Amino acid sequence: MLLETRGLTANYGQFRALFGVDIAIAPGECVAIIGANGAGKSTLMRSITGILRNDAQMVLHRGESIGALSSAEIMQRGIAMVPEGRRLFPSLTVEENLLIGGQVRRAPGPWNLDAIYDLFPILRERRRNPGTALSGGQQQMVAIGRALMSNPELLLCDEISLGLAPVVIRDIYAALPRIRAGGAAIVVVEQDIGKALAVADRVYCMMEGRVTLVANAGDVTRQQIHAAYFGEAA
Amino acid sequence: MIWLDTLVQGILLGGLYALFAAGLSLVFGIMRLVNLAHGDLIVFAAYLVLLGVTLLGLSPWIAALVAMPLMFGLGWLLQTVVLNRVLGKDILPPLLVTFGLSVALQNGLLEAFSADSRRIPAGALEGASLDLGLVTVGVMPLLTFASAIVVIVALNGLFYHTALGRAFRATSDDAVTAGLMGIEPKRIFAIATGLAMVVVTIAALYLGMRSNFDPAIGPARLIYAFEAVIIGGLGSLWGTLAGGVIIGVAQTFGAAVNPEWQILAGHVAFLIVMLLKPRGLFPRAVD
Ligand SMILES: Nc1ncnc2c1ncn2[C@@H]1O[C@H](COP(=O)(O)OP(=O)(O)O)[C@@H](O)[C@H]1O
Ligand SMILES: [Mg+2]
Repeated sequence: MLLETRGLTANYGQFRALFGVDIAIAPGECVAIIGANGAGKSTLMRSITGILRNDAQMVLHRGESIGALSSAEIMQRGIAMVPEGRRLFPSLTVEENLLIGGQVRRAPGPWNLDAIYDLFPILRERRRNPGTALSGGQQQMVAIGRALMSNPELLLCDEISLGLAPVVIRDIYAALPRIRAGGAAIVVVEQDIGKALAVADRVYCMMEGRVTLVANAGDVTRQQIHAAYFGEAA
Repeated sequence: MIWLDTLVQGILLGGLYALFAAGLSLVFGIMRLVNLAHGDLIVFAAYLVLLGVTLLGLSPWIAALVAMPLMFGLGWLLQTVVLNRVLGKDILPPLLVTFGLSVALQNGLLEAFSADSRRIPAGALEGASLDLGLVTVGVMPLLTFASAIVVIVALNGLFYHTALGRAFRATSDDAVTAGLMGIEPKRIFAIATGLAMVVVTIAALYLGMRSNFDPAIGPARLIYAFEAVIIGGLGSLWGTLAGGVIIGVAQTFGAAVNPEWQILAGHVAFLIVMLLKPRGLFPRAVD
């Protein structure tokens, strides 16, 4: 497995946000994680990327525990994230935001400035602007490009379409197959179930800090998702 | 024409204050840390340069060049071993730690070098002056000012045109997200403090060549530096130079009226700027 969590728990002070989460992602796979607000999806992303430290052995990358590593060390192993809310650096231009994504780790691979400007042509026009002067959708493109610049093995996208206009969401989803073709495995955290199922091979549904459903995106039924999402009997 | 002379002297004195302040500004800009030992570290570096001159027989310039990597290492260690552990949401612990460091440095220097005031011998440059027609300026104040400009241009170049500078700005914006870029914020902080100590060494060189110093003068240098940074607006190095110049000019005019008013006039100028522009002259857009 490229990435695995085993009985992953996470706490904010006294509050427990994850209760033993098991997920597994194979190389090159596209996995969707769905679930209502507050289900623990972002907490899971923060635990994988080391923003929230967890016990050793709970997160494994290629079979090795990375639970005790810093965010920077985890990123250098090839796990990049598009964080919730995009979090571009306000003091950096669009191009600098992209460059900094590949500044510390640049594995060989398809992604560089030109490739990202080809993926999202609007960014080439805006490259001298401050990152935060862009529209929400363009900022999301920068955040995706920034994560790709290191040529990661695994791209985690937290709330890839939340709050964006439909045309922009279409453009961003259109980029995902090209990112996969570049070799990266992708995790999309998504509230729009239809979008998630259309792009993913497999889907995990979370509720109240637990995984309530694991299924192939192709054969999962509406009833199964409804039950896993809202916790009601199907 | 006496006022013109006073103005020029004041502007040049501002260069010294800008040198005192640049390191403080750099560290504050990147990690929101006010190092209360900054002035004492300048004095420490001045003694280090003095040792190079008296023990090793080096020229002050070479002694400062030798002191720079040592001071960089000291800054790096200070950040790694001490300050990184106390940086956090609460701003009080780093203030207390650097205050303690200030007291310890003063006492350590007193123990090592006594309370006698010392000076770094600058040779022929000491009294040299240039006649510019309308005014006559000292070579040393002129060199100080020029060095301040060079330091600011160099730091800005580093900040805006290098990968390290990009990492500085990103870490300053958002250390957690910088971590997602593979950047270790604590390493960036250690490099920044090391760099600030290189600037401190340059400030110390001019401090020690232009006037007498003793182990107790650090806190006053910190105040001038602090006022220059605040007047300029946090995070802007050119603003810091402007702040230094304002304090310098106020001091020389105060002294021209009555020598006892020199220091007071600088502080009054600081207060006036704060009343008119509470965020300083060139505040950063993001903050
Ligand atoms: N920084 C935090 N401090 C305390 N509680 C938090 C914090 N972030 C999230 N939580 C709580 O943890 C739970 C999971 O949140 P989150 O992982 O953000 O959910 P999701 O991303 O699925 O919407 C929620 O109950 C939320 O209120
Ligand atoms: Mg979330």
